Amino acid sequence: MPVDIDIAKVARLARIGLDDDELARYGSQLEVILEHAARIQALDLDAVRPTAHPLPMVNAFREDEPGTTLDRDEVLAQAPDREGPFFRVPPFLEEA
Amino acid sequence: MTYEAVIGIETHVELATASKMFCGCPVDFGAEPNTNVCPTCLGLPGALPVPNERAVAWTVMLGLALDCEIAARSLFHRKNYFYADLPKNYQISQYDLPLCTGGHLDVEVGGETHRVGITRVHLEEDTGKSTHLGDTGRIHAAEAALLDFNRSGIPLMEVVSEPDITGPEAARAYAEELRSIVLALGVSDAKLEEGSLRFDANVSLRPAGSDVLGVKVEVKNMNSLRSLQRALAFEIERQAEVLDSGEPVAQETRHWDEERQVTEPGRSKEESSDYRYFPEPDLVPIEVDEAWRERLRAGIPELPAALRARLQGLGLDADTARVVAAAEGLAGLLDDTVAAGGDARVAANWLTGEVTALLRRSGAGIADTPLTGAHLAELHAMVAGRELSATAAKEVLAGVLAGEGGVRRVAEARDLLQISDEDALVAAVDAAIAGHPDEFTRLREGEQRLTGFFVGRVMQATGGKADPRRVAELVRERAG
Amino acid sequence: MTDPADLTIAGAAAALRAGSLTAAGLLEAVRRRAAMTEAHLHAYLTLDAAGAERAAAAADDAFRRGEDLGPLQGIPIALKDNMVTRGVETTAASRILAGYLPPYDATVVARLRAAGAVITGKTNLDEFAMGSSTENSAYGPTRNPWDPERVPGGSSGGAAAAVAAGSALGALGSDTGGSIRQPASLCGVVGMKPTYGLVSRFGLIAFASSLDQIGPLARTVDDAVVLFEAIAGHDPRDATSYRGAVPDVRPSLDDGVDGLRVGVIRELSGDGIDPEVLAGFRAAVERLAGAGAEVVDLSLPSMDHALSAYYLIAPAECSANLARFDGVRYGPRLEGDTVERMMAATRRDGFGPEVARRILLGTYALSAGYYDAFYGQAQKVRTLVIEDFRRAYEQADVLVTPTSPTTAFHLGERTGDPLTMYLSDICTIPTNLAGDPGISLPIGLDGGGLPIGLQVLAPALGEAVMFRVARAVEALGGFEARPALATSEGAA
Repeated sequence: MPVDIDIAKVARLARIGLDDDELARYGSQLEVILEHAARIQALDLDAVRPTAHPLPMVNAFREDEPGTTLDRDEVLAQAPDREGPFFRVPPFLEEA
Repeated sequence: MTYEAVIGIETHVELATASKMFCGCPVDFGAEPNTNVCPTCLGLPGALPVPNERAVAWTVMLGLALDCEIAARSLFHRKNYFYADLPKNYQISQYDLPLCTGGHLDVEVGGETHRVGITRVHLEEDTGKSTHLGDTGRIHAAEAALLDFNRSGIPLMEVVSEPDITGPEAARAYAEELRSIVLALGVSDAKLEEGSLRFDANVSLRPAGSDVLGVKVEVKNMNSLRSLQRALAFEIERQAEVLDSGEPVAQETRHWDEERQVTEPGRSKEESSDYRYFPEPDLVPIEVDEAWRERLRAGIPELPAALRARLQGLGLDADTARVVAAAEGLAGLLDDTVAAGGDARVAANWLTGEVTALLRRSGAGIADTPLTGAHLAELHAMVAGRELSATAAKEVLAGVLAGEGGVRRVAEARDLLQISDEDALVAAVDAAIAGHPDEFTRLREGEQRLTGFFVGRVMQATGGKADPRRVAELVRERAG
Repeated sequence: MTDPADLTIAGAAAALRAGSLTAAGLLEAVRRRAAMTEAHLHAYLTLDAAGAERAAAAADDAFRRGEDLGPLQGIPIALKDNMVTRGVETTAASRILAGYLPPYDATVVARLRAAGAVITGKTNLDEFAMGSSTENSAYGPTRNPWDPERVPGGSSGGAAAAVAAGSALGALGSDTGGSIRQPASLCGVVGMKPTYGLVSRFGLIAFASSLDQIGPLARTVDDAVVLFEAIAGHDPRDATSYRGAVPDVRPSLDDGVDGLRVGVIRELSGDGIDPEVLAGFRAAVERLAGAGAEVVDLSLPSMDHALSAYYLIAPAECSANLARFDGVRYGPRLEGDTVERMMAATRRDGFGPEVARRILLGTYALSAGYYDAFYGQAQKVRTLVIEDFRRAYEQADVLVTPTSPTTAFHLGERTGDPLTMYLSDICTIPTNLAGDPGISLPIGLDGGGLPIGLQVLAPALGEAVMFRVARAVEALGGFEARPALATSEGAA
């Protein structure tokens, strides 16, 4: 049962730029919460199927028909930075 | 040391649906930036996805065309990673319950058929586009990036092959065949240069005969079939050199540089991605029952391999069959020709030769011309009946394509009809013989090539309209 | 003369049709109440005075033309600020959405507008609906109208306080682990969570997608029914939206409880519940028995694990749902020399500690090597909870519990320890895991004058029997008390 969380790695995965103090604080808080949550580890649930959804629905589709789009100006008005018709961001460090 | 290459290819196919995968925004490649967007494909707060039924249907059809098992129950999953052109910072994709698994694609390389396994075909959404401002237009040393979300949310099919591909030629053949199937199904434009068809490859080497897999290198950015082939050839050679020098091959992602014709390492990431896949809670499962699956199967048109086989059955040789099958509209025209009583092989030669050349010159597509199977059948009948020479037939084709009218009309208008009337031919031959008794004597005595002389005289006298073959026959008959 | 701000929706609707009240007049009364109470309560983040005025005028015009859009026409309704409203600031009580103007309305908002409702503004909440006291709001807490030193509950604390104080006649909140029902209980109003899928989530800023539902807060069960009917029903823009008919709850609403089986969940009516709350609860159950209900004692063992499962499932889903807040397309942005650094800085600055905690927890629970042990296992516990409820509903028509283990606690009392705060939700969380409906209504006051709430639970799509029993509890309980702060004359 993992008690030692690599909180720095978790923060990187979650793209939250925490400093060392914050990392330490969140790390220990998470450990406490997880110990509580991890009580369900002890349950023998091998024979139980997981439920992803409370609703037993399937095949909720839409027809392939074009619908309305948003007004570009209204959308770009919310952008923290824009250049002409584009959203603008600082340069990428990594490639996908 | 000889190595064998082990190659797997991942293909992304952008679907030509009318609307996006999870929202009603139009799929329209020429649009102004950020005009085909809505809360869902922009990742606005509160937005929700609703799947496009046609995209699901088309994915199942491709799976069926590749002989895959279609999952009775399939799920969308969230693939979580942060990237500025991915508005929700997760992509709705499929993980361990994709729509299609376990198929295969037969590929011909050097006259041999080779079976490439298909691991899976699944459905997901495309990302937006980023343009990097700076000198090179690449990520390196850019000053900023501009984002356009028109492409965000367009349906994307991903086809993953087993690592059964053995070399660059086989890879190209696989890619071409997959592309032709996609085109036959009508689910995508499949244009590599526009990005509606994308290939990534995984390449590793192992000592010939070994069954231990080597280190895999991912190769991206191959924007044409030729680049695919060249990139793989380069990469195989590069890895061989590395191994020969005693070094291990680094597991990495490399990009093909078309200008320099090399693969280059990409930006290394800090750590390998942990996508934290979990079932998409905003969506419910997909169940493809037997009825739906069989309806989709019934809707699959004749696929390229089947078409090629059928064309060969009609008498075409393998190469001609391949060309006819691959070209838009030719097979249909050929079928119409046969239905109208024409000869498939003859028509195929005209289509792949003269007609294709004429179309290339005019820039038109076959569908834009008035040429029909009936025309081809009639043309063949006139050639067989000696009303037209082979050369004249090509001219008639040009006339029909240009809209000058039907076959006979064009032949008459352009004065191309041969004289095939036997009496007229006999008269002309006898006249030529009478006019050149010395030559005729020499022919009678064995100078065979003088047959051509008399044919020439008859052609001149008839203004080129005599049937040269029949004339030659008549001359030879008289010569004894 | 009742101050119009203290009317029920039903009462106001009658007055509007009788001509003794106009929509403009009703809005004015509600605005006056807000002016008197907001300084102390801070129930609202945004008051949309201009929009409300336009809607009230339109409602009055429609009345004059003889057009009747239904019981919500002209009625001032508040919206929790995690439902997007076009052109009206929507923040989810977070700094990361400060100043955000959505370009579209949530489906429930569109439906309310179509019904002629007058939307007063956006109410305060725990940031991104994560919390049980509204103390996690980035814009300051809301106070309980019954005692301003105490919390109104959460996360729909602002909505519950506004309804209790009279600065709205009804409100829409959202409920993921009890966030409508628990604040309703702490503020002495009615709060209801529909069956998962009955109300569209399109336009609800997502917290935990498989648990979130929008629902009404109001002063009476009848009023809650009116709001429920206005918003329920299939929405093609929400793929998890139920495609069948919305349960018709009116025919049986006043049928009483004679002959109904009312189950009491043993695990949620003993240890862990405050003695006064328990006493109030038991008294209410006895009144039901006196009215002809058969009270059944039931054990649902999975209740003990529901909290743990919830605190793995909800954070996991929220960690992905909140990934979109990255400073790229909307919201404030902190600069960075790369887009990756910009995102990391924006998110660090924009999210409060509880939200950050849950994102980190969820990210961890989903990460490689831990999925099966945490998220996977929690989804199995979810199955157990669903099965426990199914079995219970073979022996009972409805289940009843106290809504909250305690009455309203003091501001700052539980903020030091997240776990203590999480325990506020033990009675409400199981229903979210199951997707079943639940309603809380006030049944009395404790010794300190703070409201006690009783919760009625029903099987999925069982809104009819749920409302029916709630109506009976309401009639039998005769809860008339109003908070001291609910006055336009002057506040404490």
